[in-house]
Amino acid sequence: MLKEQVDLAIHVELAKRILTGFIHSEITRMGFQRAVVGLSGGVDSALSCTLAALALGAENVLAVRMPYRTSSSESLEHAQMVIDQLGVQSLTVEITPMVEPLFERFPEMNAMRRGNVMARQRMIILYDQSVAFNGLVVGTGNKTEILLGYTTLYGDSACALNPIGDLYKTQVRQLARALGVPPVIIEKPPTADLWKGQTDEGELGYTYAEVDKLLYLLVDQRYTPAECMEAGFDEGFVHSVVERVRRNQFKRVLPPIAKLSNRTVGYDFLYLRDWGT
Amino acid sequence: MKLTLALAQINTRLGGIQANLEKHLALITEARAQGADLIIFPELSLTGYVLQDLTPTVACRPRADDPVFHPLLEASRQLDLMVGFVEEDTRNRFFISAAYLSGGEVLHVHHKVYLPTYGLFDEGRFFAWGDAVRAFETRFGRMGMLICEDFWHASPPYLLWLDGADVFLFQSASPGRGLTSNDRLETARWVDHINRAYASLFTAFVAHTNRVGYEDGLHFWGGAAVYDPDGLVLVQAPYDEETLTLSELDLNQLHRTRARLPMLRDERTALVLREMQRILGDGNRQSGR
Repeated sequence: MLKEQVDLAIHVELAKRILTGFIHSEITRMGFQRAVVGLSGGVDSALSCTLAALALGAENVLAVRMPYRTSSSESLEHAQMVIDQLGVQSLTVEITPMVEPLFERFPEMNAMRRGNVMARQRMIILYDQSVAFNGLVVGTGNKTEILLGYTTLYGDSACALNPIGDLYKTQVRQLARALGVPPVIIEKPPTADLWKGQTDEGELGYTYAEVDKLLYLLVDQRYTPAECMEAGFDEGFVHSVVERVRRNQFKRVLPPIAKLSNRTVGYDFLYLRDWGT
Repeated sequence: MKLTLALAQINTRLGGIQANLEKHLALITEARAQGADLIIFPELSLTGYVLQDLTPTVACRPRADDPVFHPLLEASRQLDLMVGFVEEDTRNRFFISAAYLSGGEVLHVHHKVYLPTYGLFDEGRFFAWGDAVRAFETRFGRMGMLICEDFWHASPPYLLWLDGADVFLFQSASPGRGLTSNDRLETARWVDHINRAYASLFTAFVAHTNRVGYEDGLHFWGGAAVYDPDGLVLVQAPYDEETLTLSELDLNQLHRTRARLPMLRDERTALVLREMQRILGDGNRQSGR
């Protein structure tokens, strides 16, 4: 298959049926009826929030906006558009007064450290609201960022369930469009909005459209790196993505437990989370 | 002769055998009220699918003194039934199993022969491999039962056919995978294709029922269906919904189709055996084991 022939299109009605069913099943069998979603103003969280509202009813979803003082006003407005359109419950919690004391304590903090602190502070708020609202945190990480490790461990990757983690960014956009997410949210350059002018594609060094096709061949179709180059991808690009996926495996697994006994969590104590439900 | 078959397409509670049993008994009553002669349930219908370390705790024995099978055997006096469960044998091996119950008796138990242990599957880690593929007599003629991966291989249906099965009862707990722009998952398309092909190639009835619901992130898609000896779909249950779908099988269709298309009469079983012996006798063969 040549890279131009890679087709990531999905059947949106089928995806919607499976993913709303998943959200409903995995939340209700744990004894909950409600969901909490961190709404950034981007397409991933807009889609997760939409799916949660479809699965549980808008009144059972709490969308939380968590701006920092440098966050763009556009992000906040776009998040509000989603809240208004879906009719979900909402809350805005500014993280500036929570994270600034730590930044002041370590003034040498670089952008990455500060970004991680902000992502983890948002996780703390979402998990606190999970208790206050009596709902589970629905994740917003897509397959592209999970594979590339473009995420903060115990930060934006933290959730109780993730409906969109097996959709590439390209597919997230397609499904979001079909479910009525405002086009301005789908079409703007994706950004973690941790500092001014930051964009995902600028940081990664390639576009989602390009890397999604490569990941599809590498991961879904089990192409070797050499076969990906034959399909038309640049050698340096292929090697950097392969290495990035490998290097970030630690973000995709639970921390290893040193085995001592005959039965150890993670190795030979094996149950699904849905055990008994 | 007519056979009214009920396909029970159900969700299950993982490891919740009592709750699952109650759902079985309710559906059996409902199927009987709707005039069914036989009701078939999905793979591991009494236990749920991804059992892992729950396996030894949900195992039972298909006998009248078993607390799970006792009420099912009583119910089988009303109509015939096929259920999915974990059997623990006398040597404490655990099998993914299907039992056919009728008139208060266990007519047949099939142990899953092919345990998928690849990709997302890990059955071989927890279960023993079945070692027989046998057809059996029922009051509606000779039938055969297979469980999911068993019929992803061509040989078990072929053996049942030669052993006299005219109605194939297939049960699955199939996790859906392969989302594309098609309106069905690749798994659903594949299972439909092969079951249609078995009905056509073997000029026989194929009835398949599959789980619905979720276990963690796995999604079971349903889509139960019955195919007649011409390979035509008699009934197709919806995807992703718990349903009880009835279908009337006119068993005389076997006569009509086979009068036109004598595939069974012409099957060269002695040739198959000769060639199998040659192939299996070759120390350098490149297939299977």
